[in-house]
Amino acid sequence: MTTPGDRSVKPFTAVRIVAKRELNTRLRTRSFVIGTAVILIVFGGYFLLQATLLSGAGTSKIGLTGQATGIADQLTSVSRELGKNVETVTVTDPAEGRSEIESGDLDALLSGTVSDLQVLVKSDLDPQVRAALNSIAQQQVLNAKLLEAGVDPAQVAAATASAQVDVTTITPPDPEKDQRMVIGLVMVFLLYMSITTYGTFVAQGVIEEKSSRVVEILLSTLRPWQLMLGKVIGLGLTGLIQLVILAGAGLGMATATGTLTLSGVAAGTVLWGLLWYVLGFFLYATIFAAAGSLVSRQEDAQSVLTPVTMVLVLGFVVGINLMLQSPDGQATAVLSMIPLLSPVLMPGRIAASLVPGWEVGLSIVLTLLTIALFTWLGGKIYHNAVLRTGSRVKLREALRG
Amino acid sequence: MTDRTLEIDRISKRYGEIVALDSVTFDVRAGELFGFVGSNGAGKTTTMRIALGVLAADSGEVRFDGKPITHRTRTHIGYMPEERGLYPKMKVLDQLVYLAELHGLTVDEAHQSAETWIGRLGLGKRRDEEVQKLSLGNQQRVQLAAALVHDPSVLVLDEPFSGLDPIAVDVMTEVLREKASTGVPVVFSSHQLDLVERLCDRVGIIRDGRMVACGSVAELTAEAGSLLVVTAPEAPSDWAAGLPGVRVVSQDGPTVVLELDHGADDQTVLATALGTGPVTEFSRRHRSLADLFRDAVNEPGRTTA
Repeated sequence: MTTPGDRSVKPFTAVRIVAKRELNTRLRTRSFVIGTAVILIVFGGYFLLQATLLSGAGTSKIGLTGQATGIADQLTSVSRELGKNVETVTVTDPAEGRSEIESGDLDALLSGTVSDLQVLVKSDLDPQVRAALNSIAQQQVLNAKLLEAGVDPAQVAAATASAQVDVTTITPPDPEKDQRMVIGLVMVFLLYMSITTYGTFVAQGVIEEKSSRVVEILLSTLRPWQLMLGKVIGLGLTGLIQLVILAGAGLGMATATGTLTLSGVAAGTVLWGLLWYVLGFFLYATIFAAAGSLVSRQEDAQSVLTPVTMVLVLGFVVGINLMLQSPDGQATAVLSMIPLLSPVLMPGRIAASLVPGWEVGLSIVLTLLTIALFTWLGGKIYHNAVLRTGSRVKLREALRG
Repeated sequence: MTDRTLEIDRISKRYGEIVALDSVTFDVRAGELFGFVGSNGAGKTTTMRIALGVLAADSGEVRFDGKPITHRTRTHIGYMPEERGLYPKMKVLDQLVYLAELHGLTVDEAHQSAETWIGRLGLGKRRDEEVQKLSLGNQQRVQLAAALVHDPSVLVLDEPFSGLDPIAVDVMTEVLREKASTGVPVVFSSHQLDLVERLCDRVGIIRDGRMVACGSVAELTAEAGSLLVVTAPEAPSDWAAGLPGVRVVSQDGPTVVLELDHGADDQTVLATALGTGPVTEFSRRHRSLADLFRDAVNEPGRTTA
């Protein structure tokens, strides 16, 4: 038998206990494990596909017979100039070469003289290989004509080689642009998915407590803010764990399969992404909690969650489009400063292009201010609505309390 | 008043125009079982929710051991809400451990206490099952365990007996008596008046947000006087109507139930009845809590504080 006063729960101990329960319940569920595994498998499949496509598309295997064997080195170097890797093999028996074309072991079989090349392919010739072969043949004919006219082909070649367009760039070219863009888009997608999923979990958790009435027992020992904060922290951590697993594994797979060569940029993006996940989750979580507290049945969840998820969807769709069109454009920059859109757009921008430090700093400050405002507002709504069971609580009533 | 008494002191609560509670006052002494009765919507649940701090009162105070109940001391109250509530997908043991931890027990203590109550309430085979998969009766047992798992110093139970089978009623009765015997004030509401009468040391009756009666069953029944049952087959139906100090409570064919004021003479009643012909039954009956309840609920203006 205890007497009052000799046992009590410190405010943040209570928050920790609530968060621990959320973490334990979620991490242990089959849906978390399976969900994470499925996304990883999709990632893995995508990267493997990319890897095979890259290696397949990158190199053509070309068989050479007869006199054509003489142009092997020339073909390789001209093709490389055109951006195509070519592997040459000498084929002694044309019949055997033909069957290798049919089976797909060879992409093309060359025969005939240099000035009159014959190409055998299965259905079509790779345009870059065709261009390379045409250029070799034309060069051969040109050389012959120059010799006929008594001019040294080597001199002509040297003279023509020096005649080139002069290119002046305003900003230095970024050879990593495409990869950065892909990394950015993947990050935007992951953030959008994580914030939406775990935000919805917060709302569902609140509704579950309301519909099962367990909230009344909980609130006889907890204060509403402790319950809400514990839930938000617990689910936020669960989402963070999943994001770390996905981003880490994605990074590893992409580097291992050679899809990604910019592991430094990607790692930076992941770190920025994790920071923005935390900001974005806290920004939306209290609003999700407040929305959930307005209704008492899971069936009514959709009606209160739709407005919140719509904002996220909007940020995602607009963000993806803007990033594809102009990652460093004015509109993208402005939109990424709006706190509700920042968590999805800003990390995408950071990954895709160079963002000035002050813009990143400002958007973080704005988001933090909005988090403070929303937490206060969401906490108030939650406090006033969470014990009102029955029909949907009107937002105005909940705010007035 | 101190010494582990739960005091509900002039609690009022309004919802807009509706007065839910009007200066409700009663106390539950240490080791006492207090029955809280009233019709639906009379204010029982509101009172209990205010005692637990789930709801805020407009005015008035709830004290325990002489001190106002604060958020800190509330961890010592065991509460069973009217609307039963547990996490449907959480296992029985996990659920009880979680609630015990929230009430300030360490993880080890919480486990120990949860296991104790699981054993005590016959839930041993169900400890690793999800609550939603249990029968209603077993869910009730878990709910009771949830109210007891943190070894509370006060028990507030809203309709703990509703939906229980007779065996579970016995278990519940035994547990409540046991807790009371350790000096815990126990207050519970119930519509099963016979049970309240049998179990409770004292009873409070609430009507329209006001306490209309409060005291031991014996006190209340003594105060209310006793009833007289008279069967006179040949008497006209209104034979008892004009007698001084006598009121007809009910009439069923030749049998009337009469309420006599204090000092009214039952022998006059008998004589009048005999004057109409034979009297086949003439007996005194003690008023039950159910009678008192009916009176209290039907009779406006009757207050016994």
